[in-house]
Amino acid sequence: MELTDFFTDYTLRTITLGTAVLGAICGMLGSFAVLRKQSLLGDAISHAALPGIALAFLFTGLKDSNVLLLGALISGLIGTVWIRGIVTKTHLKTDTALGLILSLFFGFGELVLSYLKKQPDANQAGLDKYLFGQAATLVESDVMLMVIVTGISLAVMLLFWKEFKLLLFDKNYASTLGFNTRFIDGLISFFIVLAIVIGLQTVGVVLMSAMLLAPAAAARQWTNSLGMMVLLAAVFGMFSGVFGTAISATYNNLSTGPVIVLVAAVFVVISFIFSPGRGILFKQIRLIRNRRDLELKKTLYFMYGIVEKHEDISRPHAIRILNSFQGFTKGTLRALADKNWIEIKGQDWSLTEEGFETAQNLYNTNIPES
Amino acid sequence: MNSELAIILIACLTSVACAIPGVFLVLRKMALISDAISHSILPGIVIGFFITEDLASPWLILLAAFSGIITVVLVEAIQKTGLVKEDTAIGLVFPALFSIGVLLIAIYASDIHLDADAVLVGRLEYAAFDQLMIGNESYGPKSMWTISTTLLITLALLFAFYKELKLSTFDIGLSSALGFSPVLMHYGLMSIASVTTVVSFDAVGAILVVALMIAPAAAAYLLTTDLNKMILLSVLFGIVSAVGGYYFAVWLDASISGSITTVLGLIFLLVYLFAPSKGLIAVLFRQKRQRIEVSLLTFLLHLNNHDSEEERRVGHLQEHINWGKVRSQTVLDLAEKNNMINVQNQVVFLTKKGLEFTEKALDYIITNKDEKIEDMKNDFFLFRG
Repeated sequence: MELTDFFTDYTLRTITLGTAVLGAICGMLGSFAVLRKQSLLGDAISHAALPGIALAFLFTGLKDSNVLLLGALISGLIGTVWIRGIVTKTHLKTDTALGLILSLFFGFGELVLSYLKKQPDANQAGLDKYLFGQAATLVESDVMLMVIVTGISLAVMLLFWKEFKLLLFDKNYASTLGFNTRFIDGLISFFIVLAIVIGLQTVGVVLMSAMLLAPAAAARQWTNSLGMMVLLAAVFGMFSGVFGTAISATYNNLSTGPVIVLVAAVFVVISFIFSPGRGILFKQIRLIRNRRDLELKKTLYFMYGIVEKHEDISRPHAIRILNSFQGFTKGTLRALADKNWIEIKGQDWSLTEEGFETAQNLYNTNIPES
Repeated sequence: MNSELAIILIACLTSVACAIPGVFLVLRKMALISDAISHSILPGIVIGFFITEDLASPWLILLAAFSGIITVVLVEAIQKTGLVKEDTAIGLVFPALFSIGVLLIAIYASDIHLDADAVLVGRLEYAAFDQLMIGNESYGPKSMWTISTTLLITLALLFAFYKELKLSTFDIGLSSALGFSPVLMHYGLMSIASVTTVVSFDAVGAILVVALMIAPAAAAYLLTTDLNKMILLSVLFGIVSAVGGYYFAVWLDASISGSITTVLGLIFLLVYLFAPSKGLIAVLFRQKRQRIEVSLLTFLLHLNNHDSEEERRVGHLQEHINWGKVRSQTVLDLAEKNNMINVQNQVVFLTKKGLEFTEKALDYIITNKDEKIEDMKNDFFLFRG
């Protein structure tokens, strides 16, 4: 497969467009899921959608993806409502409720699927693709559906941007301002379910949650602004979709779901390590730098303690007398000299005027650092 | 041994082996860890299979269980960086590991019977036919041996460390103060959960093992608050669903593991709706009663505050407290039935009992001390429960 195939091959173009749009909407809505601490709700809902697909086929006998996805949407919503029912009305905790709905709905879905398989006349082959996703089966109408859903959710998100944001960060304040928090809450959840459902065909029920989470978790590392995060997550999602599809198409049609998820995971790992503000690498570098700085200042303060007893600040002292002090090396002495805090002459050192003042004010927090 | 009995036996053993660690996972609010483990042992199983070429080999089980532990460690490591919340950490780790497993199968192992579909739901139907052969003797299905060994180990550990496990589940602070290591208990439980998941994997698959762990425990938790009873109940639910699920599957001619889960789902639904005192219906009923009781209290306080007959006429009350007609009538009836008020010519009077009650309530509201409410609980129906 050549790169140019993406622009010339009709099927490939459709699929690539589809996964790109899907990645974008998942990243966009996933940001809300991650910030609302509902990361695993997506996992439960996507599994809960399976019986909907199977039952929709059982009752209608149609394999039209719109019908099946409608079934998925309904059963996903039932799952969401039930989870809320369990959490608010009983003493079972959220994790138990999620695990319950996830596994029980999925098991029931499997039961219906296996029942369908045994039916002699029904041609159910192809329903399996909803487990791990098969982007190759996307056709133009599927992509149109994705584009429409993305458009609607984008419009709703922009329309309710202020409300969504307020609800995310300060729910109590939102309700005192008179916003109908239950409505807005329901609206966000509805669109998250919708995003999950339209992704089922491409990524599959098992891995759909990662599609929702990973781009958002990666985007979170680069910014502290909600708008920027949503935008970045959409971009990351889009790239995961496109790269994932390309890789899975190159290798003899591997299931798309796992490949896309792994690409998204790479984005997450890179973001965790290399993001300048929160990344592990820069955090570690900052830590080491701070530690060195502290050592340097400790040495300086030790010198100050020696110099203090003499009238003449610039009187040289032998480096030897520092030996009882642990925190110095040739390197730190040179670093101190570079900062113009001390002067080194042969085997002697002396504090400069500037160094003396710095040391004097080292633990004086009232003076702002210049 | 005939295959029907073998399948039922394997199903029962699996559900019991899953139910026991499940109870502790639910109580420790770690139910989703079982989901994570069950997904991420897949790469361990695949790699183990490449090495041993035998799905029931103990080495494969250990290797896969080890990858379950790695998941737990990885999730905790990500949480510790503080970059994302706990649930996001779980949600990031297991799909990635699971994807690696699925792809390994697709690329290298597409011709063996480890296909991705079986990974999700397992093949209880075939588990009975994979016999353990030593020489030419058949010693029953392999998975029966692995699962019963795991169950025995689980039971032995449960009896040996019951006290420690209970303590560290309900009061981590106290248990570490007493010198039991909660960390050790945590990883012990995780190891048991991993091993159980791995051996159940062949029979019921990655996702249904989650159902077998969580659903019986969750249903039992709605029925009792006693740990012993909870364990027994969840074992019972597990066995009932295994046996019921098998016959349901035979009748429907469908997947056994799917049907076991469906039966579990029905059990949970019934318990969720009808559990005494913690079920949905009981909770809704109680909430409704409490609402009326609070209304009654408001009503009595209102009466206490107003002396003039004008303010205490039935019609006026409806306007004043702003209740609908039905609600006012319910409250009036309730108060009258409890001898707190009597109504003469449409004017409401507090009785002696009503007055006493109101004063106690006022006392409670003003001081906000719990001991004031204790008397009220005994004397009146209000604040019961």
